[in-house]
Amino acid sequence: MKDFAALFQAIDQSTKTTVKTAALAGYFRTASDPDKLWTIALFSGRRPKRAVTTTQLREWAAEAAGLPLWLLEESYPIVGDLAETIALILPPPSAIANKPLHQWITDLKALASEDLDTRKAHILAAWDQLDTAERFLFNKLITGGFRVGVSQKLMTRALAQATGQEEPAIALRLMGNWTPDTTTFHALIEAQDNGADLSRPYPFYLAYGLETAPEELGDPADWQAEWKWDGIRGQLVLRGGQHFVWSRGEELVTDRFPELIAARDFLPPGSVLDGEIVAWDGTAPLPFNTLQQRIGRKTVPKKLLRDAPVVFLAYDLLELEGRDLRDAPMAGRRAALEALLAPLPNTAPVRLSPVIPFDTWADLAAIRAAARDARAEGLMLKRRSSPYQVGRKKGDWWKWKLDPMVIDAVMIYAQSGHGRRANLFTDFTFAVWDGDTLVPFTKAYSGLTDEDFGKITAWVRKNTRQRFGPVRQVAPELVFEIAFEGIHESPRHKSGLALRFPRMSRWRQDKPASEANTIDDLRALLTAYS
Amino acid sequence: MRDPVLTFTPNGIYCPAGDFHIDPWRPVDRAVITHAHSDHARAGHRRYLATPGTAPVMRHRLGAIDVQTLAYGVPQTIGGATVSFHPAGHLPGSAQVRVSVGGQVWAVSGDYKLGPDGLSEQFEPVRCHAFITECTFGLPVFRWRPQSEVADEINAWWAANAALGRVSMLGAYSLGKAQRLLALLDPSIGPILTHGAVENTNAVLRAQGLPLPATELVTDAHSAKTHPRAIVIAPPSALGSAWARRFGAASTGFASGWMQIRGIRRRRAMDRGFVLSDHADFTELMTAIRETGAERIFPTHGYTDIFTRWLSEQGYQAEAVPTEFGTEEEEA
Ligand SMILES: [Zn+2]
Ligand SMILES: [Zn+2]
Repeated sequence: MKDFAALFQAIDQSTKTTVKTAALAGYFRTASDPDKLWTIALFSGRRPKRAVTTTQLREWAAEAAGLPLWLLEESYPIVGDLAETIALILPPPSAIANKPLHQWITDLKALASEDLDTRKAHILAAWDQLDTAERFLFNKLITGGFRVGVSQKLMTRALAQATGQEEPAIALRLMGNWTPDTTTFHALIEAQDNGADLSRPYPFYLAYGLETAPEELGDPADWQAEWKWDGIRGQLVLRGGQHFVWSRGEELVTDRFPELIAARDFLPPGSVLDGEIVAWDGTAPLPFNTLQQRIGRKTVPKKLLRDAPVVFLAYDLLELEGRDLRDAPMAGRRAALEALLAPLPNTAPVRLSPVIPFDTWADLAAIRAAARDARAEGLMLKRRSSPYQVGRKKGDWWKWKLDPMVIDAVMIYAQSGHGRRANLFTDFTFAVWDGDTLVPFTKAYSGLTDEDFGKITAWVRKNTRQRFGPVRQVAPELVFEIAFEGIHESPRHKSGLALRFPRMSRWRQDKPASEANTIDDLRALLTAYS
Repeated sequence: MRDPVLTFTPNGIYCPAGDFHIDPWRPVDRAVITHAHSDHARAGHRRYLATPGTAPVMRHRLGAIDVQTLAYGVPQTIGGATVSFHPAGHLPGSAQVRVSVGGQVWAVSGDYKLGPDGLSEQFEPVRCHAFITECTFGLPVFRWRPQSEVADEINAWWAANAALGRVSMLGAYSLGKAQRLLALLDPSIGPILTHGAVENTNAVLRAQGLPLPATELVTDAHSAKTHPRAIVIAPPSALGSAWARRFGAASTGFASGWMQIRGIRRRRAMDRGFVLSDHADFTELMTAIRETGAERIFPTHGYTDIFTRWLSEQGYQAEAVPTEFGTEEEEA
């Protein structure tokens, strides 16, 4: 555990990607195979089956520290991480054990079949043999969430450095449905033939937002335009008579979208499609909040299947007849995709996401301005000659989104942030005017600099009117511009409205609260855009 | 019911019997000052009372002010109250204020820590009936390690950078933390350079006889080329500024109690965070409170709501006091 803790600290302490990559590559050159395999698993969001609940962890930690549970609970939001809170409040260890990472994990997994007393005794004994840094990591093994600070890209690069393989090859090996119980480090990273996993998706190619005028992209004839849908980016993998649906977060979500099973009836095995999962009203996508009801539900009730049915809007073809097409140009992949989907009936859950014809950038700008009518959030621009690359790359694919909607609102409640911003007020509730009262309509917690948050924090301390637990009601004086991507009706909110992706785009220090927008202004946006 | 010795007013802590304020945040006639940090010693009061250690720094910061000094442990009568200063261990010259009126004793902690730092006069408990205590780090997640361990960590970091020919830049509040760090550094590793804000404060403290190691003020003649093994002590705000660029790709560090929390460490975006605070940790707060013998406790300046609830459960009569002291992230 010591070398793993040292690795984690080296990564965590540095702000420089090169330093992090070097630390990780060094670890991959020297650690044991089981430790390496688990490190890859943990840093890519896989963790051992949970043997203890977080409730039990909290209770046992409070007991071991001789503190009331509520004091631990109150400390947690300030620290921002339960594993860390527990590591910090426990009394110092009586002796340090020298056990490797994979052994701690094996022991933890064995606990699942033990009774509660044995589990508790094991956890307490473990805490008493680990220093604070190791304890934090041990707790993370139970609570999950190692992903912080190590992107898939960074880990891929470090593994490539340590093994002498190319980065895209490593990225492909890391995809899919493996766990440390189903594979070994050798089989996953080093073995020649590792194509055995039928479910394995390809690493997603991600686009950057367009920051320049589209004219700078050159000849419009070199570019393909598509709608940018407001859904869930996904890959539909059909192999060996089975189908698998992957989200961009590399989560296997096949069971959440049972309608996509019918894809097997229409598409041949050995096909992999890239596209967007959207809720569908029969002719067009439904607003994202309809789809939202489907997210996070592992089993979908019949009524929801009826009210919020999904389809897969395909826009790229990555594999056909078992052949990897990613090096072929976009135009060729597109032609193959259209040929593959052309025979499909209207009832198929897979549909072709259309290409938008255009002659000049000015024409396309006009089309983009009407994206909301097409229920899209803007356009995608893809170079016709581009291969399907790995990860977020500049140059060939661009998002050209609509500008967000904005409204000026008054801050009425403030709450301190978590983790990184634990000692600042960063989470705010905003209101607009309804006559002479302020109606809360959204929360927002990002978009400002730390310096602004620092100033606002000092202001909140001086202008607190009332406290409700961690929430402070403040004098209704500060005005912020709130930007958001969508607006819809919501009976759950006091205002009857809910926003999509709200964030603070500007602190309007130039505006008094009396000049903030009204609820009627918001309703006007609602009628205009939904 | 007797009148309280101290009351909490919009101007700050006030003693009706003596007609004076303690660390007031708006201009008053007579201010008793615990220590020279800017959120405690503000400008604009007509008369100041402070320790002989605090007065020179305060004059340095606030200019021509009317300061009367009073040594630790010496009682002074102000109106119907008797006032004395007692070491708070927060920084050199820092004090707690003991106020006694008709046999009732109240004490105001100011900022304090119990652990010795080699420079500040060591904290002394004050027996009292009511204790107004800071609780900047009044949560059980804050627990400091011995200063010597942190000193080893800092020197090891500096030595490793020096071996690579890379400058170490350590952010520290210019009054208190900077001098404490200077005293912990191992000068055999390399030269110690300081930012002007730190060096000015050093000069004031050296004039009072404080033993600080030799330092060199950073000028245009200093760079990563001329001083590759140096450590630079500078206010945190200077670390990211144009001023710091002369030291090239330096390794950056920050020393504060807040560095205990990983999220805050990451927000600072420094290469290293060292957990070193001039405030009491949770255990020290509880020890200090117990040793006053007080039954009434007024937590202020920190996680007051949580800390107050905890004290109440421990059998104290505790009541949170709102303040306008700063967050002190820089100095903590
Ligand atoms: Zn203070
Ligand atoms: Zn202070």
